[in-house]
Amino acid sequence: MNSQEPPLLELRDVECTFQLGGQFSRRKRTIHAVRGVNLTVRRGEVLGLVGESGSGKSTLARIVLGLQPPTKGEVYVAGRRLDGFAPRELARIVQPIFQDPYSSLNPKWRVRDILALPLNLHKVGARSEREGRVEETLRRCGLDSQFLNAFPAQLSGGQRQRVAIARALILNPDLVICDEPTSALDVSVQAQILNLLHELRETMGLTFVFISHNLAVVDHMSTRVCVMYLGKLVEQAEAATIFAKPKHPYTSILMNSVLTPEPGLGLPAVNTVAQQSDNSAAGCSFYPRCPQRFEPCATVEPRTSFDRGHGVDCHLYRSSTDRGAAVRQVTSSASR
Amino acid sequence: MVSVGGAESQVYAVRGITLDVKRGETLCIVGESGCGKSLTALALMRLLPPGTGLKATAINFQGVNLLEASPARLRNIRGRDIGMIFQDPMTSLNPLYTVGEQLIETYLRHRSGKRSEARERAEYLLGKVGINNPAERMLQYPHQLSGGLRQRILIAMALMCGPKLIIADEPTTALDVTIQVQVLVLLRELQRELDLALIFITHDLGIVARFADRVAVMYAGKVVESGAVQDVFRNPQHPYTRGLLKCLPIHQNAGPSQRLVSIPGSVPAPRDLDEGCSFRNRCPVAVDRCSMPVPLFHGAADHQARCIHASFEGAAL
Repeated sequence: MNSQEPPLLELRDVECTFQLGGQFSRRKRTIHAVRGVNLTVRRGEVLGLVGESGSGKSTLARIVLGLQPPTKGEVYVAGRRLDGFAPRELARIVQPIFQDPYSSLNPKWRVRDILALPLNLHKVGARSEREGRVEETLRRCGLDSQFLNAFPAQLSGGQRQRVAIARALILNPDLVICDEPTSALDVSVQAQILNLLHELRETMGLTFVFISHNLAVVDHMSTRVCVMYLGKLVEQAEAATIFAKPKHPYTSILMNSVLTPEPGLGLPAVNTVAQQSDNSAAGCSFYPRCPQRFEPCATVEPRTSFDRGHGVDCHLYRSSTDRGAAVRQVTSSASR
Repeated sequence: MVSVGGAESQVYAVRGITLDVKRGETLCIVGESGCGKSLTALALMRLLPPGTGLKATAINFQGVNLLEASPARLRNIRGRDIGMIFQDPMTSLNPLYTVGEQLIETYLRHRSGKRSEARERAEYLLGKVGINNPAERMLQYPHQLSGGLRQRILIAMALMCGPKLIIADEPTTALDVTIQVQVLVLLRELQRELDLALIFITHDLGIVARFADRVAVMYAGKVVESGAVQDVFRNPQHPYTRGLLKCLPIHQNAGPSQRLVSIPGSVPAPRDLDEGCSFRNRCPVAVDRCSMPVPLFHGAADHQARCIHASFEGAAL
């Protein structure tokens, strides 16, 4: 890979907050959906993004798609600042595939029109060429031309998701944001769609950001994995590394909770402390649930420490000098 | 304890199901969307929505045939002897009442006890399902609680009257993996303690493998294979079961370069079904004979499969 080339996607200290409570509400609350995320995606990568609901995965996806301006921080797509793109310009580089193919396709439009819309909007080629391109893209996604005149309601979930994928790819984008692309599908169909995505990535040279709560799917698809917890990126590493040797206690808990289809193993022992609390407190956001917490965790927010590309936000993995400083910061009486 | 014989609905969404579950046992019904697993659960409770018909030989619960029970008798059994947990905790709780009120109502409806007793039991059970300060939680409305908490409240509600059987329809599907494990561990503990029979409906083979004693695999309205979990997973006989097990992306797999095995095509619509094997249009080993009605083949223990290729070692037919 050319190291001179800017990364396809770069996020620097991206934050996103939402105000809850309307104009007339007495109680206003701020939700920190995404907090200080730094992230780089290189061309050809599949970046898996995992985390529980409410961890900010989808907000991050919306930010990259230009659907949600970040409150703070900068996003660069192919070396250019995201806010410098016109929406249509961005759409030619970044495209989404959403979770629910039942609500992401217009029920009153035929497949042909759903797929032709991006081409018409972007004035790609002549009219006759567009027709051919629609047919070819659909075929690439595993549906033959008999489906061109179908309405979404006449298609099964898997077929609809194929149409959604065709729509995302028809403009030849570089980066595809897949937000839970198989979560609404049955397992037998899920395998078909995952194979298709993999095939398309190879033939079209695509880069994926692959969001899922299903760790087995992320493990299967990704080259690199990022773990999010309450809006923060708590760990990132090569897929093989993170699944073999998770560092952050949250990542370990998450991986332990996966129920692999092996009979006889019984339920995993998942070790969490206390209940989830709000994320406004100082210190590590995982502190209230962490089984390995120690002194600095409650009050000092961990910074990312990198070790050969494996980044983790946890006091357990700070270099010894850092760790000493953190402890000193908390306990002036040095009870450690 | 429960056996359903030949449940049939008008569109034949569920056809000829025979199931049984014993005290203290967990039976998982697994299948893809539209295979009729939820309808089967509703049929068991005689709660099928209007417009559906039910034909069955018997639905026996503790010696009572629910098919012949009067509506009043059924109302007494539901909620008291048979608890239900549905998939979506938001729509199964009343948004206008506090959760405490709803828990207490369940108890008072079925047991002629005092309100204070009901409150005590509700608090006890909320504690059991891992909810901190239950007294406070009982004063809250469903919308003030997270999905995980609501699901636990539904579990507590199903337990309020000390049931013998719980039917849970995808109770953990809407939950995060970490919470899912907590809920499953909890159900397992309560089951041991109360000697509960559990019918657990899911599409997740991971849950089946790690949680069930026995499993029934459903496809297009029929049970295509059933038996002890170990037998079905280690020695699957129906090509559909084999396909399902193979197409899962398994942890520590060889990564994306390795293609997943998938089952081609999709489930036929109920109206397209005939008397032959409903899987034959997707089946890799289908032969002409598959368009004829397929009998049930029995193997060791109670391992059964509805496939003419089933080859139980030493125990064919």
